[in-house]
Amino acid sequence: MRYEAPKSLQGAVALLAGATGETRVLAGGTDLLVQMRADVVDPDLIVDIKKIPETRAITEDRGGWRIGAAVTGAELKEHPRLKQAWPGVVEAANLIGSTQVQGRATLGGNLCNGSPAADSVPALIAAGALATLAGPDGARDLPVEDVMLGPRKLALRRGEIVVSFWLPPRPPRSSDAYLRFIPRTEMDIAVVGAGVSLTLDNAGTISAARVSLGAVAPKVLLVPEAAHAIVGTRLDVAAQQRLEAAARAACRPIDDKRGTTEFRVDVAAVLTRRAALIALDRARTS
Amino acid sequence: MAKHHIEATVNGDDVEFLCETEETLLDVLRDTLHLTGSKEGCASGDCGACSVMLDGRLVCSCLVLGCEVSGRRVETIEGMAKGESLHPLQQQFLEHAALQCGICTPGFIVAGKALLERNPNPTETEIRYWLAGNLCRCTGYDKIVSAVKDAAVAMRKG
Amino acid sequence: MAENGTNGPSGTNGGYVGTRTIRPDGLDKVTGRARFGADYNLPGQLIGRVLRSPHPHARIVRIDTSKAEALPGVKAVITRDDFADQSSEFIPAGEMLMNYKDVVRNVMAREKALYEGHAVAAVAATSAAIARRALKLIDVTYEVLPHVIDVVEAMRPDAPLLHDDLFTAGVEPKPEKPSNIAKRIEIVLGDIEAGFKKADVIVEREFKTAAVHQGYIEPHAALASVSEDGSTELWCCTQGHFIVRAHCARLLGLDIAKIRVTASEIGGGFGGKTVVYLEPLAIALSRKAKRPVKMVMSREEVFKSSGPTSGATVKVKMGATKDGKFVAGFAELKYQAGAFQGSPVQPGVMCAYAPYDMENVKVIGYDVVSNRPKVAAYRAPGAPISEYAVESVVDEIAKKLGLDPIELRMMNAAREGTKAAYGPKFGPIGLEETLNSIKKTEHWNTPLRKWQGRGVASGFWFNIGGETCASLTINEDGTVSLMVGTPDIGGLRAALTNIAADELGIPYEKVRPIIGDTGSLGFTFLTGGSRSAFSGSMAIVEAAKQIKAELCARACKLWEAKPDQVEFSNGAVRPLGELAEKIKPMTIADFAKVAGKTGGPIGGYGRINAQGAGPSLGTHLVDLEVDPETGRVTILRYTVAQDAGKALHPAYVEGQFQGGAVQGIGWALNEEYIYGADGKLQNAGFLDYRMPVASDVPMIDAIVVEVANPKHPYGVRGVGETPIVPPLGAIANAMEAATGIRFTELPMSPPKVLKALKERSAGGMGAISRPPL
Repeated sequence: MRYEAPKSLQGAVALLAGATGETRVLAGGTDLLVQMRADVVDPDLIVDIKKIPETRAITEDRGGWRIGAAVTGAELKEHPRLKQAWPGVVEAANLIGSTQVQGRATLGGNLCNGSPAADSVPALIAAGALATLAGPDGARDLPVEDVMLGPRKLALRRGEIVVSFWLPPRPPRSSDAYLRFIPRTEMDIAVVGAGVSLTLDNAGTISAARVSLGAVAPKVLLVPEAAHAIVGTRLDVAAQQRLEAAARAACRPIDDKRGTTEFRVDVAAVLTRRAALIALDRARTS
Repeated sequence: MAKHHIEATVNGDDVEFLCETEETLLDVLRDTLHLTGSKEGCASGDCGACSVMLDGRLVCSCLVLGCEVSGRRVETIEGMAKGESLHPLQQQFLEHAALQCGICTPGFIVAGKALLERNPNPTETEIRYWLAGNLCRCTGYDKIVSAVKDAAVAMRKG
Repeated sequence: MAENGTNGPSGTNGGYVGTRTIRPDGLDKVTGRARFGADYNLPGQLIGRVLRSPHPHARIVRIDTSKAEALPGVKAVITRDDFADQSSEFIPAGEMLMNYKDVVRNVMAREKALYEGHAVAAVAATSAAIARRALKLIDVTYEVLPHVIDVVEAMRPDAPLLHDDLFTAGVEPKPEKPSNIAKRIEIVLGDIEAGFKKADVIVEREFKTAAVHQGYIEPHAALASVSEDGSTELWCCTQGHFIVRAHCARLLGLDIAKIRVTASEIGGGFGGKTVVYLEPLAIALSRKAKRPVKMVMSREEVFKSSGPTSGATVKVKMGATKDGKFVAGFAELKYQAGAFQGSPVQPGVMCAYAPYDMENVKVIGYDVVSNRPKVAAYRAPGAPISEYAVESVVDEIAKKLGLDPIELRMMNAAREGTKAAYGPKFGPIGLEETLNSIKKTEHWNTPLRKWQGRGVASGFWFNIGGETCASLTINEDGTVSLMVGTPDIGGLRAALTNIAADELGIPYEKVRPIIGDTGSLGFTFLTGGSRSAFSGSMAIVEAAKQIKAELCARACKLWEAKPDQVEFSNGAVRPLGELAEKIKPMTIADFAKVAGKTGGPIGGYGRINAQGAGPSLGTHLVDLEVDPETGRVTILRYTVAQDAGKALHPAYVEGQFQGGAVQGIGWALNEEYIYGADGKLQNAGFLDYRMPVASDVPMIDAIVVEVANPKHPYGVRGVGETPIVPPLGAIANAMEAATGIRFTELPMSPPKVLKALKERSAGGMGAISRPPL
């Protein structure tokens, strides 16, 4: 098993594009190492991307924020200003695993692990984040909702890696929130996750919204119907009910050890409403 | 493929070791460097018994590859006491009977130290959430939380 | 000879019992120095790994190990062929029974693999990587058989049969056909039919509990080194190294004297480390390879291949008069045993109604095998399940009669003189005292809000004594070496050092306790049954008595005194009467200095079969809150009151209460073995086996009640197991208080809770109001 830690994007892309056999990108390793130990994967080559400067930085970019794919949850939390702009994204990233896992886990890894239950992904999708990819044919941007195609299946081409995420500029009176359901208070995989981002107009009416749901379908969903249900409202009870109905209608969950289909649909509706109310409250005071 | 030759600092000492790619930092600490204070409870980052500090950041050493620590600073439970004097957390764990079997204790103490370095006066809730990645099956956490609180008091007093 | 029987105030000499001394082994545990099972290594050691069945039920047609053996670095491969078959014989294992015919099959599958994770072969190689590769080269031909996981399904006549030689014991006439029902047991007191006729209210309910694992954080580990003549050294994490020695000697055909087992520090057991898994395999591999072999289980192996405790189905029917007197109790328990017989249904049956003074009781139990790992003891084995069911019904009776649940329990509480349904008459026991203590708490009297509920439940466990050795050796400088043979899992050395220091009247720091290996002491039963502090302290009292007698005898010789002219008190032999004016007392250190000249080394050796373990009863009180929209349950507040008889070390007694309560919280709310239709365990890891984490629980208030056990010199009762008995019932009762719904299935996980809330809502019992956000 080879281990390489290239210092440049070009180096990483060249390694990945030229590799034969099974290859894995290592960011935080909190999924990869577990899968290796469980004999689920046995890569011939591991490419550690943490030495590549672009993957490790949080910068302001075109009025928004750019977050390196290998920035850890702990680093996101400690950033002085990111949390004000995107509290939902930061709180979602901070729900991945324990304090210890936060010291390692990254947004890039969370997305590229290809789990529909990834906590940070609904928040990124609700935020309208773009994933910036680098590959043998150059760089390209993909909306985060288009990166994952299904469980363990990504839209990445051969040799491509996720370098960073770009979060768009925030208009005034905007905010976001992410909630997930787990049976315990910590350490579980999301049974349902709901991310909501919204913007209010001067009168306090929702002028724009994005809603995303995790763990209720083979991939994390962007749910435009749920956003439509609340745009133009002040999230009154009727709007909340429409929001819940739209969330329910979007769910196509499975029954598994973490929750039943019925449970996931019910809780998806509840969490979407609760997340929307939190985002609304934050937007009012932002 | 040849083993990796790694140089790093462990508890302030320069160390050199050889490791295979698939060996974790925990494997290296326990099997190569013979620092067995970090424990393997799950090898999946779910129990915290292998907690160490890596460049000042709390991590599960079972989720770090040995070859990743090249040129970096690792601190383990073995480096907590300074000479004769225990770290206040170690002292409070003893005084509060905050350990029963003791297998999780090194992880809790390393994690607790990381908390108190960032937050010298944590609330009970903050302590509980910070330590949620450290499983203890014996104590019900009660005396551990008390020990961390009192260690915080002791450290604030200096 | 007179003795100082009382303890002075806490201080340097005497009075340690009942105080919170710093545990002697603590420093090593907070510095990482302490050596647990996986921390031992030997020069030249090999790494052993186990090949495990991927099938829940399959005939093993053929095992071809030739390719694995040919792999460079592989030094030994073992299979069923390396173990002689054993005849059927039941022997005590912890508080349960086991049969060597089954044990030899559980450590290494013979005719069939009976559960996913059942050991089929093992290898020893020069590295873990080679051992892993070797496992993949072992070719096993399986004939896959239909499997059965659920206990009720396993009891059906057409269920897949695990053992074609298993005929239900305890039924007349003896069955002609084999089945998965290993045993039927029954206890009867009085006449329940007559009792139910007197009842004004009868409640009948059926309950279901899931299999749960002990969840110790340290995986099983063993390091074995066998020499050419069969002399064997073994280091392992176990609750009883003498038991390990006995099992390994039997399974490997070795003389007991040839095996020396050293118990490492142990990272939790809770009953799960009272049996052998890796130990005989490591010895067999080492014997074959002629090199030391180290084996450590992965967490997945711990879940799939070591014993959880039973899941069960329980029917309870209780009757009471309108003023609350329990007049009849019936229960039927069906416990999963796993792949081999021996579930804890017997103690489940015996404990079901033990907390109550009842004239008419009948309890029936079934021990049922299915394609799950063989269950092992888990803290008060069997009792939490049956008592959960009874405590739930008791709560329902209280509601029906409009009685306070504490008053109702008080009215029916077993007390000194009560004849238990399982046989004995109780001596002094402390259930009423625990109920009273709970009633007096501020917790009991604090108001609750909507969707919050409060529950109370009591619990009983017998406790055991048994064969125990302890030695006390006076060293040359007057310090004392204390040795016992029961591994210390939760502060035992601190509790026993308190006793030894008090008995000898010397400072705590002058006593150094160690856990002796099997060559250092006589047979000592394991740490389990809440027996180690109880019986260890009795053996220490016996050893100390010998030392005191010896010192007094030596003083008589030195002083030319008669036996009634000397006494041992406060760490010294003291001359009495007129002698006291002429002669100075001699301390233990003084005797140590002249030991050689006065008869040689001084020591005491307690070898006892401890009798008179007193039951410990407890009452738990819990507040919780239900999120009506998600079914999520938050434990808000928790208080435990339990009778310790006498707390040798109160902090570690409280620790037992708190730890048991939180394990019970896990059992009640989220922990369970989840199987797929393929008969495979789906949650074999800490991620999805959901044990409580620190942020899941509140502080656990612990009230230590002390109703002395008259059969123990200090009044001690075992305390370790009872704390896991009441939580299941207390939490179920609190759930009922919060929601109005009686939950009869564990765990009360969010999907189940939400479903029940929705069903009630659909049934027109009132819409669920939304909590404020």
